[in-house]
Amino acid sequence: MKYLYFPGCSAEATAKPYDASARACAKALGIELVDLEDWNCCGSTSYFSIRELESFGVSARNLAIAQEMGGHDLVATCNACYTVLAKTNRYFAEDATLHAEINEALAAAGRRYDGKVRVRHFMDVLINDVGLDEITARVKRRLTDLRVACYYGCQYSRPMGTFDDPEFPTTMDRLVEAIGGDPVDYPVKTKCCGGMLMLTQEDAALKLCHELLAVAAREQADVIIAACPLCEMNVEAYQPLVNKAYGTDFHIPVMYFTQLLGVALGIDAHTLMLDKQIVPVDRVLAKVPA
Amino acid sequence: MAEEKIAVYVCHCGTNIGGKVDVEKVVAWAAGQPNVAVAREYKYMCSDPGQDLIKQDIQKLGVNRVVVAACSPTMHEPTFRKAAADAGLNPFLLQMANIREHCSWVTEDRDQATEKAKRILSAQIHRLPHNQPLEPIEVPVNSDVLVVGGGIAGIEAALKLAQAGKKVYLVERKPSIGGHMAMFDKTFPTLDCAACILTPKMSAVGKDPNIELLAYSEVEEVDGYVGNFTVKVRKKPRYVNTDTCTGCAACMDACVVRKVPNEFDQGLSKRTAIYIPFPQAVPLRATIDPDNCLTLRGKKCKQPCVAACGPKAIDFDQKDEVVELKVGAIIVATGFELWDPRQEERYGYGRLDNVITSLEFERLSNASGPTGGHIVCKNGEPPKAVAILHCVGSRDENYQEFCSRVCCMYSLKFSHLIKEHLPETDVYQLYIDMRCYGKGYEEFYKRIMDEGVYFVRGRAAEVTDVALNPEEQGRLVVKVEDTLLGVVRRIPVDMVILSSGLSPAHDAKEVAQTFGFGCSANGFYLERHPKLEPVSTVTDGIFVAGACQYPKDIPDTVAQAGAAAAGALALVDNATVKVEPTVSYIDPEKCAGCHICVGVCPHSAIQYNEEKGVAEVIEAACKGCGVCVAACPAGVPQQRGFLDEQIFAEIEGALAV
Amino acid sequence: MVELETPEGVRELHRIFLEDVYGIPGGEKIRLCQQCGTCTGSCPTSYLMDYGPREVFAFFRAGMLDKVVKSNTIWLCTSCYYCTVRCPAGIKITDIMYELKRLAIKYDCWPRESKNPAMSKIFIDNVEKYGRNYELGLMAKFVLTKRPDLAWKFKDLGLKLFTSGRLPVKPVSVKGQEEIRKITEVLAAKEVAQ
Repeated sequence: MKYLYFPGCSAEATAKPYDASARACAKALGIELVDLEDWNCCGSTSYFSIRELESFGVSARNLAIAQEMGGHDLVATCNACYTVLAKTNRYFAEDATLHAEINEALAAAGRRYDGKVRVRHFMDVLINDVGLDEITARVKRRLTDLRVACYYGCQYSRPMGTFDDPEFPTTMDRLVEAIGGDPVDYPVKTKCCGGMLMLTQEDAALKLCHELLAVAAREQADVIIAACPLCEMNVEAYQPLVNKAYGTDFHIPVMYFTQLLGVALGIDAHTLMLDKQIVPVDRVLAKVPA
Repeated sequence: MAEEKIAVYVCHCGTNIGGKVDVEKVVAWAAGQPNVAVAREYKYMCSDPGQDLIKQDIQKLGVNRVVVAACSPTMHEPTFRKAAADAGLNPFLLQMANIREHCSWVTEDRDQATEKAKRILSAQIHRLPHNQPLEPIEVPVNSDVLVVGGGIAGIEAALKLAQAGKKVYLVERKPSIGGHMAMFDKTFPTLDCAACILTPKMSAVGKDPNIELLAYSEVEEVDGYVGNFTVKVRKKPRYVNTDTCTGCAACMDACVVRKVPNEFDQGLSKRTAIYIPFPQAVPLRATIDPDNCLTLRGKKCKQPCVAACGPKAIDFDQKDEVVELKVGAIIVATGFELWDPRQEERYGYGRLDNVITSLEFERLSNASGPTGGHIVCKNGEPPKAVAILHCVGSRDENYQEFCSRVCCMYSLKFSHLIKEHLPETDVYQLYIDMRCYGKGYEEFYKRIMDEGVYFVRGRAAEVTDVALNPEEQGRLVVKVEDTLLGVVRRIPVDMVILSSGLSPAHDAKEVAQTFGFGCSANGFYLERHPKLEPVSTVTDGIFVAGACQYPKDIPDTVAQAGAAAAGALALVDNATVKVEPTVSYIDPEKCAGCHICVGVCPHSAIQYNEEKGVAEVIEAACKGCGVCVAACPAGVPQQRGFLDEQIFAEIEGALAV
Repeated sequence: MVELETPEGVRELHRIFLEDVYGIPGGEKIRLCQQCGTCTGSCPTSYLMDYGPREVFAFFRAGMLDKVVKSNTIWLCTSCYYCTVRCPAGIKITDIMYELKRLAIKYDCWPRESKNPAMSKIFIDNVEKYGRNYELGLMAKFVLTKRPDLAWKFKDLGLKLFTSGRLPVKPVSVKGQEEIRKITEVLAAKEVAQ
């Protein structure tokens, strides 16, 4: 199984562990991830906020490159990258004017896009292409009832809901079950973490993260796993600030879901960059039998 | 052919036609056309003076063919044909030329309109000499009526027809009639107890000598045509002899299978495998559920029900039975299903305790329900606060676009019932609009406001059990924007009632097909005309009534049922019914007996006569669709009134201008 | 430049807004708002907004969008898409929020207390320069220019990220930077024309 891979800007920085663990899991599961050549930023929410058409164009360059590389599926790990690329793809197909405008711009750069690429989330590939049975078969360290809060984040299955339900998705929970974990009841699983607001208006984001952490604590989750670099950062790295603002004492380890999957697949902690987590994950690893 | 004398009338239709088409020019042109004896114009041909023009020309000038160039035949062909008939001319010697919907209404160009009007008129002028006089076909009418569905609509229709002296078959799929109304507690706006007003009618149905009740039965096949339907009904086996069973319910006490979710109580209680759905059931007979009865599932059972049954009515060998009914008219009143709010996940139905549907609440509040009429949460405690959420699954592009009509009123009713049972409990109504349009409904709304119910204008965003403060601990929280205040509120409650909308039955499409009509875009049965023919369908002799046609409350249902009964009565109260003669005719001399037409006829109106070896049209069933005419490889079937020579003449006429 | 202080200016704003909104697939649904409040009720940050999403549409209906583009509302939208997914009229609320953000920047009337526009602008500068988002650069520039107080508040976190290698110092540049420039140039010309 071969896929074109879109790492996303955070993959080189704050989400390095996400990128590293995703690649490691792919290798362990027999998936070949080919990096998209000279990929550029998808635009995320910020670009869209200022410039619409240009944002589509910037995003579409990646789709054009993917097409040129002969790929059918462009896989992203970051929720926002996935949503922006998929949205560009869909609007490109639905709106004739946009279609023409984008191709005109791409032509100026010597490229062209014909809508031949499908944008997919890494989880979609795991669940639907690899299959849970296959994943279970390759598990080397069953998580043995590790209590996991599956935090999908808001742009995992919204707005398109292509591979999972927009309100109560279950793919991550099913993956956790498949690797021996116990996904806890986490009704806030798709609530927003605040995203960029953590920098621009942190009290709003801290309030949202407080709720996410409080429910995980209520369910006695051993770890929270996330699918978006920004979500992971907000819920993990800013825990001390949440504690300060709300007088709480959260020390809940947070991981990218691919890191937890990697642990189950027997990949070593260093490759999974588990030592780079802000909240130490030793407690989690201690609960998983070797 | 005798000498044709065609009269041409060009109608102005006020300015509808006259404002675009140069009528004078058309009339002058028409006067010079072959076989045209007289050409006139008039402002409104459909008026009495207009029709008189036609009559006088027929009687005084010996006109024997007429074309009226005016609106669409669907508007006034019957009007003009009747005028011709009154004057002694066979109505099928009159044609209309549509120069309004097909001409003046679809262009802005006057020249184009005038030219086209001439062409349309020319087509009919060329056709008319080939028209033959036709006589309508009279078929005898069976005076029995079939009513399908034993809810309040079916019951009402059946009673009215029985009262008129007609024999009525009432077929109901469940073991008892009563429908959804039998489940309700009180009804709005009078707060009449539903069972109290319904059971006398149910009882009347059971006793009426004119009504033959086939409960626990389903219609399988409908054949035939208006006045002459043949219906196959499958009587499902109850495994209980209904002649000897007295409805004493001793078997229910004895049965060992006691954990089947009780459908009547919306799954809130359990029933036995042999059961009577509710104490006032009509017919009051036991039924054994084959999916849960140990014996019928092939498992070991001591059969205590058999021992307990005094009249020895239990019969495990009972088989289903197919009966054939012959009726003249059918009323389909198969009701609705409640929309499943599991689909709207953010309200937590099925995930959170104490989030219930409207029907579940009716059962809780009902004194004969699973809690004896005590409104309690799952833990047995009465709720201190209840939120009632409107528009669940309704007025929503993501689910059902239409408004379900009754939910605002039943939500208000629920508030009242809660306040009546639990005066200290807070009740919140979360609404977008309050639709209280019926008689006494606005007054009911005011009454509920007066009872201290809290109204919050806002559609609930979500129902959650995640507490953000001590007051919310262990309770349900409804998050909603109070739009009149412009503030987002978190309202802690103990019970949430989802005012779920009414949906078409899951098999509405198949049932509609069985009876020969279709469904509208929203899935409910399609009436013939939304304003003027709310109970007829496209198939003559088949009517619809009640919530199956569209959500409605009990007063409107009863009214519609009466209308359907009247429609059926207007048909079956006559000995015969006239059917359009524009039907197919197969010349036995020419038919080779290849069977092709028999197979293609969508109305099963062609039979193969074994003796003669030819196909024959059942005239009363033929709808004049023309498929057989087109399908026959030898061109044998001809449609009366639409013969090949008539159609070719029209084409020539249109091209001749 | 649209003058938002005059009635003609507000009407012009509406005209431009509608033209853009109708360009979004499904954008014409904006006329179908029932004012049910599901959007505001679902929004994670509506409690901080001058006007919730529902009110934005009420202002639109009343011909008063100028109030909205001047408010903090649109800058608090995190694009979580709850509103879009739950709206019974099928309105693409999040996309319309984006549209309003663009108009607020275009007509230079965004509230100066909101730091979001600045954040977005720095993001775009980075993409224009490197083709990718340079996280350290983004945070550093933003904090230093707009929120110096955060430098103290987030110092421990910043240090941890830096030492663990999750905040590289050097930005990564895309080879096709020129392509991106050409693409945005062509499309920018169309945006102004619209």
